[in-house]
Amino acid sequence: MAKVTAGVAVSHVPAIGVAMDTGITDQPYWQPVFKGFEFSRQWMKDNKPDVIFLVYNDHCTAFDASCIPTFALGCAAEFTPADEGWGPRPVPVVKGHQKLASHIAQSVILDEFDLTIMNQMDVDHGLTVPLSVMFGEVDKDDEWPCLVIPLAVNVVQYPAPTGNRCYQLGKAIRRAIDSYPEDLNVMVFGTGGMSHQLQAERAGLINAEWDKQFLDDVSQNPVAASQITHLEYLRETGSEGIEMVMWLVMRGALDEKVTEVHRHYHVPASNTAVGHLILENHE
Amino acid sequence: MTDKDYEDIPGTFVFDADRSRQGYWLNQFCISLRSAESRQAMKDDPEAHMAKFAMTEDQKQAVRDRAWNRLLELGGNIYYTSKLAAFDGINFQNLAAMMTGVSREEYRDMMLHGGRSIEGNRSKSEWEDK
Repeated sequence: MAKVTAGVAVSHVPAIGVAMDTGITDQPYWQPVFKGFEFSRQWMKDNKPDVIFLVYNDHCTAFDASCIPTFALGCAAEFTPADEGWGPRPVPVVKGHQKLASHIAQSVILDEFDLTIMNQMDVDHGLTVPLSVMFGEVDKDDEWPCLVIPLAVNVVQYPAPTGNRCYQLGKAIRRAIDSYPEDLNVMVFGTGGMSHQLQAERAGLINAEWDKQFLDDVSQNPVAASQITHLEYLRETGSEGIEMVMWLVMRGALDEKVTEVHRHYHVPASNTAVGHLILENHE
Repeated sequence: MTDKDYEDIPGTFVFDADRSRQGYWLNQFCISLRSAESRQAMKDDPEAHMAKFAMTEDQKQAVRDRAWNRLLELGGNIYYTSKLAAFDGINFQNLAAMMTGVSREEYRDMMLHGGRSIEGNRSKSEWEDK
């Protein structure tokens, strides 16, 4: 049977991708950001997933203002890294697990989560940066070490789905994966955050104290984390901090009690606080 | 009407359904600049390229002026307006500096020292004395 073995929370700051793509990760500005992922890269090698279910948000790449699905599941055979206005990132095409994706779509919709199904979708830095930070540099002509099922969540137009809705969806995704007959090691990634505001006069807002409490709660007290209101995210973590609802999809897909095997927090990467957790399910 | 409790957050435009409606063509104009073809059209004749989108005159003027906060006020969203900035060769961090009215160096320095503090920046009432 397919099994969810672990969850990973990780920011997807585009500048992190640029730093890797241009080979400047050793610079003093970037060194502390990447140091916190050294453990993670070894851990990925040791725990080798077959499939990553990756929760992220599209930044007006696959979806412009004409179409804004709240939850969109990538069911295609492959997903091409998009040109976001400065050329596509030099990373491999992302391969999906179509049969598992179709199974999840069918299962969660009957479980009353009405997803949009994407059979063609380009993916932007929101999806590829988390893969890059966790796997390290992978040449464009090579392959990512595993298959990926993307779930795009609207966090651009208010309101994003509530934290609780995301958490409950995570539970439904878990039920779907648990009922899939093929033996697969599945990891769930929740990406984005942490505190950041990119717009207007309050841009540059960082709330490290809040972020650290959120890391604690996502890890050990997920129900409390799932109850955080949109107003609190917007006010306390900046208008773009609301991306953190996506971590709750990941957390919902894990056991109630998990083992936190790694944590990393650093300010800044460009305008953003970088946060990262690795949480393992028990047997 | 829905209660917009988030309107109390200072220096912030929450991109809700009303702003999305108001800014629709402005945002579609901005996102067009993702394609090389549109960037060329914008370089060749900005007015002709803007005319392809049903923007208001205020929105067009804010584009001409590169009035970054005004664009947000008129329904623009940062992920869209950042494409116009990218067209001008301005990255996210430098755009943030411009929107907050400080130099690139000051902004970068603020981020290196932990970013803008939440203290004093939660509510519009805290900004009234500024």
